[in-house]
Amino acid sequence: MRLVETQGLEAFYGDFQALFGVDITLDAGETIAIIGANGAGKTTLMRSISGVLRNRPESIRYKGEAIGALDAPDVMARGIAMVPEGRRLFPSLTVEENLLVGAHGRKVAGPWNLDAIYDLFPVLRERRKNPGTALSGGQQQMVAIGRALMSNPDVLLCDEISLGLAPVVVRDIYAAFPRIRESGAAIVIVEQDIAQALRVADRFYCMMEGRVTLSGRSAEVDRAAIHEAYFGAGRHELA
Amino acid sequence: MHQTALTSFRVETRTRASSVFAAVAVVVVLAAFTAPFFVSRSVIQDLFFILTMLVLAQCWNLLAGYAGLISVGQQLFVGCGGYAMFSLVSLAGFDPILAILAAGLFATLIAVPTAFFTFRLYGPYFAIGTWVIAEVGRLAFAQWKALGGGTGTSLPREAVRDMAGISLLRDVFGMRAAQAGDAATYWLALILVLVTIGFIYRLLRSKQGLGLAAVRDNEIAARAVGVDAARMKTLVYLATAFLTGCCGALIYVQKQRISPDAAFSVIDWTAYVIFIVVIGGLGTVEGPVVGVILFFLLQNLLADYGSWYLLLLGLIGIATMLFAPRGLWGLFSDRTGIQLFPVRRILKGGPFAQDKKGGPNG
Amino acid sequence: MNWLDTILQGVLLGGLYALFAAGLSLVFGIMRLVNLAHGDLIIFAAFLILFLVSALGLNPFLAAVIAAPLMFAAGWALQFLLLNRTLGRDILPPLLVTFGLSIVIQNGLLEGFTADSRRISAGTLETASVPLGPVNAGIMPILTFASAIIVIVALNQLIYRTAIGRAFRATSDDPVTAGLMGIRHDRIFALATGLAMVVVTIAALYLGTRANFDPSAGPARLIYAFEAVIIGGLGSLWGTLAGGIILGVAQTIGAAINPEWQILAGHIAFLLVLLFRPRGLFPRAVD
Repeated sequence: MRLVETQGLEAFYGDFQALFGVDITLDAGETIAIIGANGAGKTTLMRSISGVLRNRPESIRYKGEAIGALDAPDVMARGIAMVPEGRRLFPSLTVEENLLVGAHGRKVAGPWNLDAIYDLFPVLRERRKNPGTALSGGQQQMVAIGRALMSNPDVLLCDEISLGLAPVVVRDIYAAFPRIRESGAAIVIVEQDIAQALRVADRFYCMMEGRVTLSGRSAEVDRAAIHEAYFGAGRHELA
Repeated sequence: MHQTALTSFRVETRTRASSVFAAVAVVVVLAAFTAPFFVSRSVIQDLFFILTMLVLAQCWNLLAGYAGLISVGQQLFVGCGGYAMFSLVSLAGFDPILAILAAGLFATLIAVPTAFFTFRLYGPYFAIGTWVIAEVGRLAFAQWKALGGGTGTSLPREAVRDMAGISLLRDVFGMRAAQAGDAATYWLALILVLVTIGFIYRLLRSKQGLGLAAVRDNEIAARAVGVDAARMKTLVYLATAFLTGCCGALIYVQKQRISPDAAFSVIDWTAYVIFIVVIGGLGTVEGPVVGVILFFLLQNLLADYGSWYLLLLGLIGIATMLFAPRGLWGLFSDRTGIQLFPVRRILKGGPFAQDKKGGPNG
Repeated sequence: MNWLDTILQGVLLGGLYALFAAGLSLVFGIMRLVNLAHGDLIIFAAFLILFLVSALGLNPFLAAVIAAPLMFAAGWALQFLLLNRTLGRDILPPLLVTFGLSIVIQNGLLEGFTADSRRISAGTLETASVPLGPVNAGIMPILTFASAIIVIVALNQLIYRTAIGRAFRATSDDPVTAGLMGIRHDRIFALATGLAMVVVTIAALYLGTRANFDPSAGPARLIYAFEAVIIGGLGSLWGTLAGGIILGVAQTIGAAINPEWQILAGHIAFLLVLLFRPRGLFPRAVD
């Protein structure tokens, strides 16, 4: 089943255009990766889908419904959950309260609840009464992911979850992804680390300056093609 | 080639509208000086009211619109200025004109510990803090029995009669004592307005003024480029305290009667002033002028309606903040781009014939 | 001067000031809004209770129970329709709009009720007292203080033990991310102001039965509420109670020395705390 589809998606910050007609799709059971350098528009794409940014209604469809103009609470109620860039835990809440608040706007039965999250990330169980931000970066990332899972979403958006974390920590976090896939959620990951992204995702889209420059299946990828689509090397002549 | 292009840029603030306005303003000011010889006493009194409210409004505008200091306690300086003048004239026999200046200095002195206390408070709490200190002033002066305590007192009649310049007006121009007193205070008000607007305009055009606008827009960024925000805010606070104190003293020379509740009234010296600035246009020099004229017209129209008048003022103020946050002058200026007191830095010259205006404050 | 009696009266007065301040503290904690009309809203609620008492012949406590949901609705609407539009990065619009609101409420009340001083009669309770050791304590002041404690306990339970409380704290931390959790910040803010108005109603009940009030009495109440919050420290409701008590004790000691010095003594205590502890005595929140 097609879960998410964007068609000619444009996005603006005031007068500044950040997305120039982006087309991506996400089907049930898939994991896709959005890769690209800083400023390519990856986070803008996530914010558009999750409702933080408003767009034209038909430019984003979720299970066939035009959701482009809906706001974040409406979008998350329908089953799209976001792990925001920079984790953005609530400092006034404990770890457990951060998890609980993730289900505030959508209470549906499903595989994810507090116990299941603590099984997924056991280190959080000991720290559940700690303030959300009194944890290491990797543990905070786990809380952020768990918080999004608490709403039992059909689509999980992960925006730069490896940012600022040591490689070994990143591996631990991505090690949890197979279980998330098994639970039925389709996943979108935004990554700057190409290798990590391609290891986890079935398909990828590469973005540069607000446009999709390359897409394909991870297994069939050509490194040189990615290099050019990511950096645009060879596109500009030096004067 | 690139080098000559660079050196041919200049930064100017003068525009055609402002040059025309400057010429008109000179004529208006000269005419204003001659007014006491041509118009009736009640008109002079009305003009006095307009001029003094304009001084208070320009000061509050500088504080809130440029320095980001939203004070609900400027009545502290009006009251301190008034009482300082009264004590110097009534108890020490000073000439009122000298007492006005000394009162301004006293107000500035009071502003030092006030700034010390209130600058410790964040935004909205700064506002209430200034109000509390004004209340302390009111309660403290109400204890001063020599000046009438809670019920207040009047200026001795000889004080104004013997003011410098009054005898000249009476002998040479044949004015009666009361009329001469009104004329003298009117001229002082006019001078105070010119000094206030002149000071504010010069400040905004100076490097310090640019720093001030930067602090108002984003204090952290301003400090990052080397603007000493704390010093700027303190200087502005002290300067407006001086002008407000002089204004308060002048107002009570004219009224000749003072009481703590009147001199420290939050309605007369803060609520009305805020209304004037917000509706006229916060953050512009022209705004308070527009606001004070509108306020005067409204007051004359609705004077008989008591609390309905204040209620209406409150509603207009709320509506303006919601729908026209830059006030009436802001609406006009946004549409036409006209600035009569130009403080925007305009980049002129250079290889392209471009008047590149950089943002709302240069 | 009977020290014990003075201090006891001051502590109990502190309960009233804590009730004034609790609503202010709640709203500031959640949305960083300082409502300059807060004191006038207390007076408005007092007039509402007075109206219910005189029009329906009700006992003041019952009248307050009826007034509370009305004030909740008024606060909810005020926040949702008016004050939500002023919130944003700039601190000027909320200050100026609530200042204008203060003027509107005061003058509206003047037109509706005249400038006469009023009092809500609590019958025999007004003068009833119980002996507490060597001194007598009035029943109403004790009820006031007890109500302050109950209100603060209830608010703390709400904020720290319920889903709504989590939503309050999350919204106050980060409204955008809270939206990603399905929390609508405009409704959360409206709920907070509505709740604050319920507390305001309780404060109005005890104010109106204890002292005379008139339409212009609002600003003074705002100042006492504000002083209690600042002395106690931002973000802590128990701190607000402590602040109220310190203010109350300072005032009663000042009044015992010279009745004209009551309010001034309170201001001086406030300034002293500000001098040595600019963030208050028990600050919790980070601004």
